[in-house]
Amino acid sequence: MNTVPTPAPQEAATPIVIVGHVDHGKSTLIGRLLYDTDSLPDGRVAQIIESSKKRGLAVEWSFLLDSLQIERDQGVTVDSTRIPFRLGKRQFVIVDAPGHRQFLRNMITGAADAEAAVLVVDANEGAQEQTRRHAMLLRLIGIRHVIVLMNKVDILDYDQKKIEAAERDITTLLHQLEIEPTVFVPASAREGDNMASRSDKMPWYKGPTLTEALAAVPAPSSRADLPLRLPVQDVYRFDTKRVVVGRIERGRIRVGDEVVIGTHGARARIATIESWHTAPQVAAIAGQSVAVTLEPDVIPDRGDFLFPADHAPLRAARIRTRLFWLRQEPLRVGESFRLRLATAEHQVTVAAIDSVVRLEDLTEHPAAEVPPEGFAEITLAVSETMLFDPFLPGTADGRGVLVDRNQQIVGGAPLIGVAESVAGRNAIHPTGSAVSPWDRARAKGHRGGVFWMTGLPGAGKSTLARGAENRLFARGIDVSVLDGDTLRAGLCSDLGFSDADRRENVRRAAAVARILAESGQVVIVALISPTVADRELARQIVGEGFHEIFIDTPQATCEQRDPKGLYAAARAGRIEGFTGIDAPYEAPANPALRLETAGATSDETAARLATYIGDAIRLDDGARRQQS
Amino acid sequence: MDDLDQLEAQSIFILREAYRKLKPLAMLWSLGKDSNVMVWLARKAFLGRVPFPVMHVDTGKKFPEMYQFRDEYTKKWNLDLLLGDCPPVEEIDPTLPPAARSAARKTAGLAAMIDKYKLAGVIAGIRRDEQATRAKERVFSPRGSGHKWDVRNQPPEFWDQYATPHEPGMHVRVHPLLSWREIDIWRYIEREGIPLVDLYFARDGKRYRSLGDQDITSPVESNATTVAEVIAELETSRTSERAGRAMDHESEDAFERLRVAGYL
Repeated sequence: MNTVPTPAPQEAATPIVIVGHVDHGKSTLIGRLLYDTDSLPDGRVAQIIESSKKRGLAVEWSFLLDSLQIERDQGVTVDSTRIPFRLGKRQFVIVDAPGHRQFLRNMITGAADAEAAVLVVDANEGAQEQTRRHAMLLRLIGIRHVIVLMNKVDILDYDQKKIEAAERDITTLLHQLEIEPTVFVPASAREGDNMASRSDKMPWYKGPTLTEALAAVPAPSSRADLPLRLPVQDVYRFDTKRVVVGRIERGRIRVGDEVVIGTHGARARIATIESWHTAPQVAAIAGQSVAVTLEPDVIPDRGDFLFPADHAPLRAARIRTRLFWLRQEPLRVGESFRLRLATAEHQVTVAAIDSVVRLEDLTEHPAAEVPPEGFAEITLAVSETMLFDPFLPGTADGRGVLVDRNQQIVGGAPLIGVAESVAGRNAIHPTGSAVSPWDRARAKGHRGGVFWMTGLPGAGKSTLARGAENRLFARGIDVSVLDGDTLRAGLCSDLGFSDADRRENVRRAAAVARILAESGQVVIVALISPTVADRELARQIVGEGFHEIFIDTPQATCEQRDPKGLYAAARAGRIEGFTGIDAPYEAPANPALRLETAGATSDETAARLATYIGDAIRLDDGARRQQS
Repeated sequence: MDDLDQLEAQSIFILREAYRKLKPLAMLWSLGKDSNVMVWLARKAFLGRVPFPVMHVDTGKKFPEMYQFRDEYTKKWNLDLLLGDCPPVEEIDPTLPPAARSAARKTAGLAAMIDKYKLAGVIAGIRRDEQATRAKERVFSPRGSGHKWDVRNQPPEFWDQYATPHEPGMHVRVHPLLSWREIDIWRYIEREGIPLVDLYFARDGKRYRSLGDQDITSPVESNATTVAEVIAELETSRTSERAGRAMDHESEDAFERLRVAGYL
């Protein structure tokens, strides 16, 4: 063993949370999975076998996780556990969350950072209280990739009809929460069917095994391309230097960047990035813990965040938030807490309880109080104006916790937005609270959604949007197109082409698209929207059901087509700030759909677009589809 | 950012939270590989310095190489070292199995130091993958009076928001390495060039994989004489890290009983 190769850089582990009702088999599933994939140290297996024998049981896979003495004796998981696990080159961390109701806070401790979830459902029993509660929590913490494992199908004799009937019930439940399960895997954790290897007892099942479904979980999306958010964690004075430290939550910094600091709005430049025992740094990205000096040497407070002047966060003294309440007592209007948001702490009072979720059927209702361990939407009054970003799945900020006087966390609060804007929305949709998106979707036979097409001028966005609109309309789908020129002729006729006006244009388009989508329509937006930040703004405004579609046409082709003669005018210097000529176009790194127009007729490409949209809004067998 | 960058960034974030929120604060330095990594991460977080004391709870039964290492790097790293003694084994709960009873001396020594310096926070280098009971830990783990770990009643901890209770007699154990695995520790040691006691490297076909007191730690079979060779060996190893720690194997619940009482 003389030459040892240096290990290649590795991806960080993907956290996967396993949730589901008590006794539906979560721990068994994990134990079995680790055994089947040969992920256990020898000592561990011997221990389990010995422990099982001692209690006169067959090998009990769940003992592996339920390692605390009390858990072994009572047979339940008390606290969540994290287990590293490898599939091929990819590293996972499996989080086992307990199913017992009173242990909700342990479950959230395990689940809050997961990238994807496996919801374990006993195929015989179907959804139980904890199934609904955990599904609700997955929605609130923004986990979008949900694998449903229909467990114990051996008891249903592996019967296709019975298993699929059970799946339909779960699909209905998840749709109520606007969760689109990625895939259903019929399995028996105890027997090993469809866990790491394909079961020979269900030849009718063509979908992935559990390990295949895990391997297909998308890598975490990068937060580095969003506008900068650097919450100040502390300020040190070492020797003669004042150093501001914190972890970048979104975006990136470079030496020389100008930033705005906190609510007081002072401006400064990043003068240096300080570090010890690293190569000199001139830039850093989201996820890094950094230390910077500022020029001029302003002194921020912990909780201030640094952000770019042209992409300020929201500012409000009344905010709307979702809430999962962790206390065993109810929550009432008028109670006060500290809201911790990244490194900031704000004094808040519950100003209104807007709605509470009824767990029996997951519907939202007005209520005077949030029940123990309940789910709700509430309005918080903040003692002073605060800066924040609404919570976005895939980001780590925009979600706070409520703490009580004893510094105990009593609730989780993924922020929705400024409270006032919600009143405006209600004025447009007076029946919004009574007609759920799911009701609308059922009435129309499809879901609503916003398909946001971005691309260079002349890339073919409007043509393709109209082509797809025709095709979808012919299939009875309620569809409309918002395109840039049409908007600018009417709604946005007061806007020019400055950065601020372009941004306002995007904001209005997204706001209109949201209203239409909420009423159940399929909206195709055709807008250059050249920057990542523009499209992120649109995504934030639209919320769920936003699809980014990149019309990928080489610039030379766009310029050659030049349907409106704009490239020629820009080249001649008659138009300034023309995207692609003297203003940048930032192509999406990870669009939901990329349409390359070269080498296909516009009819063919429009047909591809229509097919994608049709699949995305479909109600029925969508649950079986593996998301790309 | 690769996985080590992410682990490093997270640990730095945790250390800075502890430094901001818990005063007085100290870091346990057992002289083992994990606690050397922890001291190193503190120097990263605080730009070359460790702005709080490091504590060595001395059982008096460590290997001579470890005491040499301690004296050398206290100076080199400019550490503010606090030393604490442990009571004789006769004063420890006699119902514990022998090795656990010996290990419990350290618990008593640590408790005495926490009381003496009235510490609000103690940074410790435990990891989830070492031992199943440690897998249940929080990053900020509050300890009640008597330093007890209330496993059934741990606070919720998510989205990097940590409990910092302020009650007389309580302290918080801070665990910046909780998410690291054994192999991550070694890969980071290699990447950063962190010095170690050479007991970790093979001599005559054996090396120590985990270092405790001389009388309750045994070496494992190994030919790994460099960090790179240790990493290569771990990549194929199928035995657990603490296989050489006697107290883990005496009875099923020995380790949990130790931890509830305040052991690391």
